[in-house]
Amino acid sequence: MPGFKTFTGTAAVLDRDNVDTDQIIPKQFLKRVERSGFGKYLFFDWRFNRDGSPNPEFELNRPEAEGAEILLAGDNFGCGSSREHAPWALKDYGFKVIVAPDYADIFYNNSLKNGILVIKLPAETINSLKDRVAAGDQRLTVSLNKQEILSGEEVLASFSFDPYWKEMIQNGWDEISITLKYEDEISRFEKQQEAVKQPQL
Amino acid sequence: MTKTIIDKVWEKHTVMQEENKPGLLYIDLHLLHEVTSPQAFAGLREKNRKVRRPDLCFATMDHNIPTKNRFVIDDSIALKQIQTLEENCKEYGIHLEGLESDQQGIVHVIGPELGLTLPGKTIVCGDSHTSTHGAFGALAFGIGTSEVEHVLATQTLWQQKPKQLKVNIEGKRGFGVTAKDIILALIAQYGTNVGAGHVIEFTGETVRSFTMEERMTLCNMSIEAGAKAGLVAPDEKTYEYIKGRKYAPQGEQFEEKVNEWKALRSDADAKYDKVIEINAAEVEPMVTWGTNPSMGVGISGNVPSYSDEQTQQERESLQKALHYMGLNPGQSLTEVPVQHVFIGSCTNSRLSDLRAAAKVVKGRKVHGGVQAIVVPGSQQVKAKAEQEGLHLVFQEAGFDWRDSGCSMCLGMNPDIVPEGERCASTSNRNFEGRQGKGARTHLVSPEMAAAAAIEGKFTDVRKFQSGFREGEQYARI
Repeated sequence: MPGFKTFTGTAAVLDRDNVDTDQIIPKQFLKRVERSGFGKYLFFDWRFNRDGSPNPEFELNRPEAEGAEILLAGDNFGCGSSREHAPWALKDYGFKVIVAPDYADIFYNNSLKNGILVIKLPAETINSLKDRVAAGDQRLTVSLNKQEILSGEEVLASFSFDPYWKEMIQNGWDEISITLKYEDEISRFEKQQEAVKQPQL
Repeated sequence: MTKTIIDKVWEKHTVMQEENKPGLLYIDLHLLHEVTSPQAFAGLREKNRKVRRPDLCFATMDHNIPTKNRFVIDDSIALKQIQTLEENCKEYGIHLEGLESDQQGIVHVIGPELGLTLPGKTIVCGDSHTSTHGAFGALAFGIGTSEVEHVLATQTLWQQKPKQLKVNIEGKRGFGVTAKDIILALIAQYGTNVGAGHVIEFTGETVRSFTMEERMTLCNMSIEAGAKAGLVAPDEKTYEYIKGRKYAPQGEQFEEKVNEWKALRSDADAKYDKVIEINAAEVEPMVTWGTNPSMGVGISGNVPSYSDEQTQQERESLQKALHYMGLNPGQSLTEVPVQHVFIGSCTNSRLSDLRAAAKVVKGRKVHGGVQAIVVPGSQQVKAKAEQEGLHLVFQEAGFDWRDSGCSMCLGMNPDIVPEGERCASTSNRNFEGRQGKGARTHLVSPEMAAAAAIEGKFTDVRKFQSGFREGEQYARI
């Protein structure tokens, strides 16, 4: 995975709380065995009318949201099922950064593992970002290194980020190859723990 | 220092812990199904990696399989997903209970049923309702596909230790009130993110009084409260349930294990990050009216109205939910007709759930405008129910009696609620589109679902149960 350092892109607003993974990617699209190609199904039931035409009312279909790569979202974003298809769809659609007051735990982890920068900020701070975007100031810069969101040179917000995941995402590291370096420790643990020997299937 | 059961399980499974980093947690049991595993196996294959401990993996297919004519899968994409699981299990030497198996079922139903779910284990699955297994005092949580791949390759996960929330439930529950009603009431009162970042330990006399199957219903919906997992410390009921099950320790080994499990309880003055007290005596049979599980109310209550105390965002959220659900503010739910009834899902599809629903249904008929189905949680549940004649009770009333699977809980298979129609469902999520695009889901207990099927609208099940003797209304094992 390519590393993430600083990124400038267009921000779009999805002003709803409790957006669940059934909305992000409805279940009829979970049957595929591939990891790619989910972007066209993102927010499918909201994005498209029954006849398949785009729903002009939906936030991401508005002209100003075209090409958006930063999503300013509501509280408890990504609640519901564990489907990693949700971050796959967001990433495939083009989103590299999500900003929300809070996320559901599994969605948050799934996003990090796909290199999506999931930023937590207080609702008031996000509201001020939304106001900027609504006023036409849509180009935002996100620096993971400095942990800041900027408009040009102006710092709009600072965010905290788990140092482990900061390093992982900045470098685009594959977690499994890191863990496999600890094979000796895992083997030693297995020998100590008789309990893990059952069940033998 | 005092410890909670969560601390104890966590410590026992920590392979290594460096300062300011997540710990490496060993996983004792990895459950797999067809929907969230194919990309994980593909990832292993791309990098030429092995499955470290196929003997600690266990697979079944449940999410997208038909519950009627189960071997005839018309949907070619679903069929490919099922075949992919079969091929992956074969290639990597993983035990699979396939469609033809009489032990197949919803992964969270068969884990406990086969004695795979045991106290003190760490259990993961690419499914959020893995929290169900916490009923046995296991630390069980849902993971994404990247994590499925990580567990396959390493049998471990990097994890930050979660915070801990104690939910203490006391009080004698009223007539007709089930574990489902209590967890729905908890979520209605405290919201869908009360447990965010936490593992819940359920404690209290009410929880102790629950059967194992009721505890599974309770822990199952921890995720709807936003928690990573929910668990109940094991006790005699737990050991009794496990004893003699297929993969459980047997004989002397079982007795040894029971002694070990007895230490799996929180110390008397253990510290939690947050504590919530619930009085079960105040809970009545619940119905959700909205589009997330916190939008629920007791059957004698009404759909909320707009008020000056609400923030603008709360009003908008209420308005959106009512618009989607086709309900009016302040409306009584007992006026609301239903067109579908679904009794099933990893929340409420076990034998005791079917018995409780059958008791309400017995000798009555499904209302003319209602299509009602019962989907047992596993083929074993189905067989046992049939031995008791429960299928006849349901069929004579006009219910469709199906094979096991996730079915209408998420509508990945052909069991879908049509647009604009309303379903009384014993499942766990009432999100927009969950049971089908435009479908309107109301979450209820199996008893309340059965009563809705009979009356063709939501109704207080307690009136059906008035002839039952004290305690008999549960009809639960």
